[in-house]
Amino acid sequence: MAWTRKFLRINLTTGTIKVEDLNMQWAQDYLGQRGLATKYFVEEVDPKIDPLSPDNKMIFTTGPLTGTMASTGGRYSVVTKGPLTGAIACSNSGGYFGAELKFAGWDMMIVEGKSPKPVYLSIEDDRVEIKDAAHLWGKTVWQTEETIKKLHQDPLIRVSSIGRAGENGVLYACIVNDLHRAAGRSGVGTVMGSKNLKAIAVRGTKGVGNIRDPKEFMKVTFEKKKVLADNAVTGQGLPTYGTQVLMNVINEIGALPTRNHRDVQFESASKISAEAMHEKRPDGKSHLVTNQACFGCTIACGRISKLDEKHFTVKNSPQYWGASGGLEYEAAWALGAANGVGDLEALQYVNMLCNEDGFDPISFGATVGAAMELYELGLLKKEEVGMDAPFGSTEALVKMGEMTARGEGFGKLLGLGSKRLCEKYGRPDLSMSVKGQEFPAYDSRGIQGMGLAYATSNRGACHLRGYTVASEVLGIPVKTDPLTTDGKPELVKAFQDATSVFDSSGVCVFTTFAWTLADLQPQLAAALEGDWSMDKLNLVGERIWNMERQFNNAAGFTAKDDNLPPRLTTEPAKTGPAKGLVNGLGKMLPEYYRVRGWDTEGRPTAETTQRLGL
Amino acid sequence: MQKSLHIDPVKCTGCRQCEMACSYENYGTFNISKSRIRVFDFEHTGRKVPYTCTQCAEAWCMHACPVEAIKLDPNTEAKVVYEDICVGCKVCTIACPFGTVNYMADSGKVQKCDLCGGEPACAEACPTGAITYIDADWTGLDKMRQWAEKTGNQVSA
Repeated sequence: MAWTRKFLRINLTTGTIKVEDLNMQWAQDYLGQRGLATKYFVEEVDPKIDPLSPDNKMIFTTGPLTGTMASTGGRYSVVTKGPLTGAIACSNSGGYFGAELKFAGWDMMIVEGKSPKPVYLSIEDDRVEIKDAAHLWGKTVWQTEETIKKLHQDPLIRVSSIGRAGENGVLYACIVNDLHRAAGRSGVGTVMGSKNLKAIAVRGTKGVGNIRDPKEFMKVTFEKKKVLADNAVTGQGLPTYGTQVLMNVINEIGALPTRNHRDVQFESASKISAEAMHEKRPDGKSHLVTNQACFGCTIACGRISKLDEKHFTVKNSPQYWGASGGLEYEAAWALGAANGVGDLEALQYVNMLCNEDGFDPISFGATVGAAMELYELGLLKKEEVGMDAPFGSTEALVKMGEMTARGEGFGKLLGLGSKRLCEKYGRPDLSMSVKGQEFPAYDSRGIQGMGLAYATSNRGACHLRGYTVASEVLGIPVKTDPLTTDGKPELVKAFQDATSVFDSSGVCVFTTFAWTLADLQPQLAAALEGDWSMDKLNLVGERIWNMERQFNNAAGFTAKDDNLPPRLTTEPAKTGPAKGLVNGLGKMLPEYYRVRGWDTEGRPTAETTQRLGL
Repeated sequence: MQKSLHIDPVKCTGCRQCEMACSYENYGTFNISKSRIRVFDFEHTGRKVPYTCTQCAEAWCMHACPVEAIKLDPNTEAKVVYEDICVGCKVCTIACPFGTVNYMADSGKVQKCDLCGGEPACAEACPTGAITYIDADWTGLDKMRQWAEKTGNQVSA
């Protein structure tokens, strides 16, 4: 079977490294990656701990299909208690690191304690060492990766690391691997920094074998790659335009949150869209260089961009002139529309800062949006920010990006996220977040189901826990009306449970633009021993969701935290198809609890936990 | 018709399906460290380039081998390593100007691309057509067609 059945337990306090056998019963019950790591996490960690204390653990974990020929089978996740939210955090990344960890022979790696001094982990198959990282501390992600490869004289090493944001306690710091792929949300990089763990360097030469039925696996994965290739979104839209294909679409339907959600349409959306990335600039070149795949991915939605060398952000900084990870939709929205900034080159520059020093462009961009609103209301003074910072100021965005990356001045406050920023200035209602984590790029007045998905997401506001945009906007797998709340509780639950399975398998959730669980099922069944029927997968997905929920409840979250900022439930959308609408969370939430088998306080009932085997 | 592997780096997305297919074909596992085709990332330019043995007509590796462990497959023109004869002396790895013959420490033998007996797994697995297995005499055909199309456009413009 595709699990390696082994994992590493690394205690940074004592400097010990242990090899343990994977609990195969848990693997049958929770599959892998997000599900399985969360099971280990909730069994081992007290929900009440301080996320940045040595008591927190972090689990780097692959899925059973990671490192196989299943399309997009290169994912890994990081599970921990998140410092931005205080809730369970699980951030997923592509690139090549996850497959390399699996090739080294490890399903996962549990990191415990706190090192007395900066260290990095070196994993070469069975040879695992904790190494001094004094020379890496203070360096960016990009410098760290380059330095480690040189030091080990091995260009094939894969590195996952934190930049200065993670070291400086930015609460939404990422873990970045392969230069510009990131376990991006909820501050998993901050936890890594709190443990004095700078990086993990992996080289694996064992490969992945043990496929239950290799012939069937090759046949079915080949068929499913064809499904992706033949689908308009995964076969054409994503490779050509990336996720940025959504910018104009979401703007047109009036669900592009603009200027801290004051507006739902952005007048400069087309300037920061996928189409704009293809157009020729004044320097004669286009912004986009090429698309790029993560490990095993036959979609290849990744963007590689090159900045205009004459742009004010980089004209004196040739280190930013090379090709680099480009704007995804979420980043382009958060850095752009959320602040009213329509300068594509500037957005890409700040996006590069986010990759270079490891911080989440969604939470960062949304926090800048909140700061700009506070500034416009006169609550935040020019002297405090160090500059004029009205909505639409490209200069302010750029400067704030640099300050946050380096931990300087007002950047320190921005690094705490919008919730803490807005609380400090007496307007907590202006933080566009749920459970302390900022919204992604869909306004829930124009896409009603997303309001419920945000409010109930176990890691705080997030588009990757239940992407009902697929159904409400794109008609995948069936079209529903984005402007009504009807049927949304069932829809949100179905997306949340299915996504839990995808996130636990080793493949990318973007496959779900073309695949349903029924497409993933035969791939898992061919690879793994045991029962991997549709019924089983549905149960596993629901079990994972409820397990996360129980952890959050035990951490102190209640039904009151399943909410949205008042702006979304009381201030109607001003323009577009959703004009006049607010989000109908109040109508959806009780029904959602009922559909979930939870009590009115949002707690799984005894009957539910029993049914799910929790 | 003689065929040869043809690589168009512009189409490569860096997904490594080719590397996995190669290792699966030859070793039955997904293990890119054993792949005979490798994809190189040039991050600064965004280019990704798959690279493997070109099956030289006058193959340095074959001529250099002191025990004649590398032989010509008459059907595919591939230069194939016979592991039962190979003594692991590595002279072929020195002789090859392109680095595409490599010593495998665990087996004590060398390995190189053998065109999978005429059905290269890498080409079959490539999702973008960056690796194809085509008429050996006309590997330039696609490029010719592209230029021909441009020429036509210029005339009519």
